[in-house]
Amino acid sequence: MRELFGTVIGEYNYWAFLILLLIGLHAMISKNNLVKKVIGMSIFQSAIILYYVSTGYKKGSTIPIMAHGHGTEPIHETAGQMVAGFVNPLPHVLMLTAIVVGVSTLGVALALIQKIYRVYGTIEEDEILEKITE
Amino acid sequence: MKLVSLLVTLLLGALLLTAAADFPSWGDPHSPASLHVSDYYIENSLEQTAVPNFVTSILADYRGYDTMFETTVIFCAGLTVLTLLRRSHRKEKKVVTPRPNREDQDLILTSAARMIAPMMQIFALYVVAHGHHSPGGGFQGGVILGASFILLALSYDLQTVLGRLKERVALIMSGIGVAIYAGIGAGCLLLGGNFLDYGVWSKVLGVFGVTPVTARSHGMLGVEIGVAITVMYIMFSLYADLSSGGEMDEGL
Repeated sequence: MRELFGTVIGEYNYWAFLILLLIGLHAMISKNNLVKKVIGMSIFQSAIILYYVSTGYKKGSTIPIMAHGHGTEPIHETAGQMVAGFVNPLPHVLMLTAIVVGVSTLGVALALIQKIYRVYGTIEEDEILEKITE
Repeated sequence: MKLVSLLVTLLLGALLLTAAADFPSWGDPHSPASLHVSDYYIENSLEQTAVPNFVTSILADYRGYDTMFETTVIFCAGLTVLTLLRRSHRKEKKVVTPRPNREDQDLILTSAARMIAPMMQIFALYVVAHGHHSPGGGFQGGVILGASFILLALSYDLQTVLGRLKERVALIMSGIGVAIYAGIGAGCLLLGGNFLDYGVWSKVLGVFGVTPVTARSHGMLGVEIGVAITVMYIMFSLYADLSSGGEMDEGL
């Protein structure tokens, strides 16, 4: 039990991401308003971005830019030291593209909601369902 | 619905929590994510591409295809929003009544925006052009450029900005941005390399003393410029469409 407690506290980055993820998921499922659903989707995306970026972190490392840009760069004797000296750049790249896709999906989602409002006069899900079944 | 959602959420939370115990701890340099390809990128990026910013070299060179289709995704999103919201005026013959001119445009807001916008644009150009050496790049610079136009549209009104940045121009330019990216890649094919293998551009740029390694750096700069153009115009087009409901008449 104590061991489990230690690992759970030691991995607090997963906690933060987990709580955000669950908030987003709950909003996406339970909210009736379509805009609120989209907000939930954005929170969900942020959770995943946070998770990926946190996996890239290495203790005692610096931003993944070499040679200049930051003055206090340690001298790397071996390739292994150099690798340990920089944050893993791959998750950053993947999340850069994920943010871009997030903006695109957000834009399209808002446009769809505007269109729905134009047709049905409401963006509450149950009211839309009523109007469809009528 | 709320109960079902809560149940599903809590179940997922418990599942993920039990999985979290097996995850590598925070800041572990030997976590699986940072063991395989990322070491290769960190060790070889500077020798192979002459770009000190690993993120840029991975984004625009090692994973060039990914970024190219990323730009295409943005372009498609812009087109989708446009086609979803635009009403065909041919059918409806709807007369767009321009909103009565706002006499009470706030002086402080407009003058502040007028001063901030050029600064933002210069900074954005720096972010784009210096993306290899410092944090930045095409997406980031493009977003700042787009934001400067959105700021103007918010503080004046949409018509004022659309008078300077025509919607037709914005769409054509965003297409041109993608075409720059793909064109630089296709140029590599013409010069005898693989698609997006910027090193072969040294055959053309060699007269300026560009080696195959630095040619990669220049290729990335060109690609980033293409990305920035697309992102800037699509961001503004998204704002213009969403804020006016596709009418392009008044905005927020």
